[in-house]
Amino acid sequence: MDFNDTPEEAAYRAEVRKWLDANAKRKASKKDTLEALSGTDALQRAKDWQRKKAEAGFACITWPKEYGGQGGTSIQSVIYSQEEANYLVPTGFYDIGLGMCIPTVLAWGTEEHKARYVGPAIRGEEIWCQLFSEPAGGSDVAGLRTRAEKDGDEWVINGQKVWTSGAHYCDYGIVVVRTDPTVPKHKGLTMFIVDMKSPGVEVRPIRQMSGEANFNEVFFTDVRVPDSDRLGQPGDGWKVALTTLMNERLAVGGGGGADWSELVDLARDAELADGPAINNGAVRERIAQWYVETQGLKYTKFRTLTALSKGQTPGPESSISKIVSAPKMQELGSFAMDLQDIGGIIRDRDISAQNATFQNQWFGGAGYRIAGGTDEILRNIVAERVLGLPQDIRVDKNVPFNEMPKGK
Amino acid sequence: MNFDFSDDQKMLKEQVSKFLSDKCGYDVVRRVLESDELYAEDVWKGLVEMGLTGTAIPEEYGGLGLGALELCVVAEELGRVAAPVPFSSSVFLATEAIKLAGSEAQKQKYLPKLAAGEIIGTLAMAEGTNAPSPRTVKASLKGGKLTGTKMPVPDGEIADIAVVLVNTGGSGDKALSLAIVELNGSGISKEQLKTIDPTRGHAALKFDGAAAELMGAEGEGWDLVRRVLDGAAVWTAFEQVGGAETAMWMARDYALERYAFGRQIGSYQAIKHKLADMYVKIELARSNSYYGAMMLNDNGAELIEAAAAARISATQAYIYAAQENIQTHGGIGYTWEANTQFFYRRAKLLALSLGSQLYWRERLVTQLEARNAA
Ligand SMILES: Cc1cc2nc3c(=O)[nH]c(=O)nc-3n(C[C@H](O)[C@H](O)[C@H](O)COP(=O)(O)OP(=O)(O)OC[C@H]3O[C@@H](n4cnc5c(N)ncnc54)[C@H](O)[C@@H]3O)c2cc1C
Repeated sequence: MDFNDTPEEAAYRAEVRKWLDANAKRKASKKDTLEALSGTDALQRAKDWQRKKAEAGFACITWPKEYGGQGGTSIQSVIYSQEEANYLVPTGFYDIGLGMCIPTVLAWGTEEHKARYVGPAIRGEEIWCQLFSEPAGGSDVAGLRTRAEKDGDEWVINGQKVWTSGAHYCDYGIVVVRTDPTVPKHKGLTMFIVDMKSPGVEVRPIRQMSGEANFNEVFFTDVRVPDSDRLGQPGDGWKVALTTLMNERLAVGGGGGADWSELVDLARDAELADGPAINNGAVRERIAQWYVETQGLKYTKFRTLTALSKGQTPGPESSISKIVSAPKMQELGSFAMDLQDIGGIIRDRDISAQNATFQNQWFGGAGYRIAGGTDEILRNIVAERVLGLPQDIRVDKNVPFNEMPKGK
Repeated sequence: MNFDFSDDQKMLKEQVSKFLSDKCGYDVVRRVLESDELYAEDVWKGLVEMGLTGTAIPEEYGGLGLGALELCVVAEELGRVAAPVPFSSSVFLATEAIKLAGSEAQKQKYLPKLAAGEIIGTLAMAEGTNAPSPRTVKASLKGGKLTGTKMPVPDGEIADIAVVLVNTGGSGDKALSLAIVELNGSGISKEQLKTIDPTRGHAALKFDGAAAELMGAEGEGWDLVRRVLDGAAVWTAFEQVGGAETAMWMARDYALERYAFGRQIGSYQAIKHKLADMYVKIELARSNSYYGAMMLNDNGAELIEAAAAARISATQAYIYAAQENIQTHGGIGYTWEANTQFFYRRAKLLALSLGSQLYWRERLVTQLEARNAA
């Protein structure tokens, strides 16, 4: 058991490092990171970087060569990510598309789909969003109400999606809709690829509690989608969606934001009423706790990667990552604000400690505990699918969708 | 044993509650959040007209001459609606500091105006992102001139007077003193700060030789300010309990009306336990707050422990209720449009405003240790 690179892996790492050195700036400080991620031209910079990466063969490393990937190993992909994390490069815009949507296209799409969509996505030319959640249900996504009716060679979509991250800059989306309301809810769904520029698609930004507007409402009014852009068979939409959701657990697990090491930085600077924060037992206890959690997640990921590299598919156990990291993100932000005493209320990049990272994370953490499977739903998944406990009594399983009890 | 508020106090509570539910709905909180308004002046005026700013000010200084308990019931109702008014700064902090430390002349000069709501007062302690203490407070008072920067100062932009924690050069805990300064004089600049809760304004106040007077004995500032904070902690605990209850009922109502998987989300134990935990935390906080109120009103021997216990449990209850209220709402709870955010912001603001949990735990245990040794 070890983390050592094999000679081939070491050679690959050296190659990656050489390319990154030539094409990106190494991070000098933590502040550097923030600067690189913000700004109005962030999207364009992300597109430029994705194209560069693709041209050099470092984008979507594990995907098949025939569709524009590299046919590489998961370990190579990990090596690349580990190295890239040391450089100032834009991130974020491609996580959903390349992490969740395109893997679904690869798993369920026709040859035409793969030939048409995968390449431009890898090169960053087309960005994708995930159109699943609706006002009527996010946890219970299969309770969705947006419907599609067949009209000749086309489907006509009407309804509304919500919380769609990035829809305002996306080119395509995968959308799951109800094509048969007379059968139980999981059986009447179908997945489509939708061009976000189609007539009848209207994207309205939703402002988050934190002030930014990164997600949207998306309205569909008589939107026509060719039958050829269907993913899977009519009625198979739920199975297709599960592919996306499984990938979501892998793609979003990490969380990010400030961690124990930023907290150590802060604690070394901060003065509590009774002395330096770093000497305070309660502070030391929290640092220890978050270190242990972060390490636990990191090595859990290594175990998953090892399994992946042996050809196994990750199961519902990857849910544990977000169960730990989402509340941690919120609590760590909150505790770091405590260390700044009443000054912790200031949320100003120019005044607050570490550019207001902690205040922003305290806001963001509240959303992250909900996005991509809530804390509660992820626990249900672990309890039911990993530990084999019985499901809650389901009143909706065998009832036709149009006869199901509904609330607000 | 009669561990409860009196009928008169309950009537006052009723009256305040009615006024606030008429005049301080969510639309008012949102208006202050989204505009340049520094506070809800209309609501503030109404509170002043009801005489509430003078609740605990003796009649000889123009107040109603009531006690600490009446302020508790007012605080709870203000918290319940997340009122965007400078009540805590002016009443719990500035007024009480003057009552505690002011000379007869200072009391004569300021208390009647504070009681009548003609002026707004505040307490300026912190100097940035370190906890205020004899080691971190640098603002100085020399020859009646105040120099230094205080931030964040609650309601610093709208306040007319501030009680300021200054360093007068003594050693150890004797380094600090209190000063009183009028904020519309010269040598003062004010700048509004960006904070996590814009519904309660905070400013940076820069003093450059501003005229100020010592308040209380020199070298007693740290002791005095901590006593002021003990009292404020009790009232704030009631404010926190009020806010926490609103967050809890908001979550409970949503849990009844929202369906997932064909059932009310409130029928899932994950949600039930969350709501039950909110309730338990709030009840503990309420009970500790009652005891704090009793100690404060009677100037009891266990005031420090009681205030700290009220503060710590009320902070925990409000933080938990506000954050899990969002969680119970799912995606909609994380939007700007939702009212859940008012309580998330305010819960954290109040958790920090009189010093963080770390300060209060330390104060509590130091006190318990002393009692144990005695
Ligand atoms: C920042 C952010 C970004 C997002 N981006 C996207 C996106 O790009 N695409 C997309 O499709 N969606 C997106 N979402 C939506 C997200 O997936 C949903 O918000 C989430 O699944 C919860 O659904 P909901 O909001 O309908 O809440 P609900 O499902 O109504 O949940 C409300 C509460 O009930 C609880 N609950 C529900 N069912 C159960 C149960 N069986 N047992 C116990 N508790 C239960 C939940 O845990 C929650 O606390 C995003 C959300 C956020 C916050």
